[in-house]
Amino acid sequence: MACFLVPAAEAIAVTVATQIAKSKEKEPQPLKPETGSGDCGMENKIPFSGKIKWLTNLLWGGSALLAFEHVWHGEVTPWFPFLTAAGNPSDALAMLREMSTAGVAMALLVTAFWAGMLIVSGVMEKRALKTRAAAKQEG
Amino acid sequence: MTLLTAVFAAIVCTVIWYRNAPNNEMKVGVLCFMYWGASLMWLVDAIFAYAELRDEFFTPAPADMLNDLYLGLSVVALGLIIWLVILLIKDPKGVVAAALSKKKQA
Repeated sequence: MACFLVPAAEAIAVTVATQIAKSKEKEPQPLKPETGSGDCGMENKIPFSGKIKWLTNLLWGGSALLAFEHVWHGEVTPWFPFLTAAGNPSDALAMLREMSTAGVAMALLVTAFWAGMLIVSGVMEKRALKTRAAAKQEG
Repeated sequence: MTLLTAVFAAIVCTVIWYRNAPNNEMKVGVLCFMYWGASLMWLVDAIFAYAELRDEFFTPAPADMLNDLYLGLSVVALGLIIWLVILLIKDPKGVVAAALSKKKQA
């Protein structure tokens, strides 16, 4: 009915957060692998604004394609009130129930998926640094 | 069927992105995120539909399946159009900008 509105609302909030994170990050954060010798091989870490952009793309992309599905099924119209279910109180109640169950679950699953991506990318970044530091020590 | 179509599109795009990584001039990453986002959302939709329909969920009528496939393919096409618009606006290779400046000079 209108479940895509919940991830779309999250997408708006995350887009604002991305812009704030971007304005605070002026330069790419350098990673300093501990080589023991004092010198450090500089390698750029993915900035947080870049990682939060992944979530923005997931949410906006998913919401846009789901919105199209709702247009396909005639649940979204280009005229007021835009959502056919908002036309009468009983349908509106069902729509709100769907938003609070399926819509919230969608937003949570996408966010959990992104959190998983953050963990995996964090581990990979650390592993790359360790390998680089070990190579430097050998050389 | 719509979920399956979106998942296949997401997998194909991810493979293309991986083959070309770290070169992301074609912005295939945007397409990957778009299809994965939609796949996750339709997965939730499918779970809720399964909770409601149970066994009926796995035995859809052929007409419904065909309509869902048609919808899935339309969604994939829409995703490609959105990606193309983003690619032309961001113009990472500078092709559009070069074409426009050539026209202005001529």
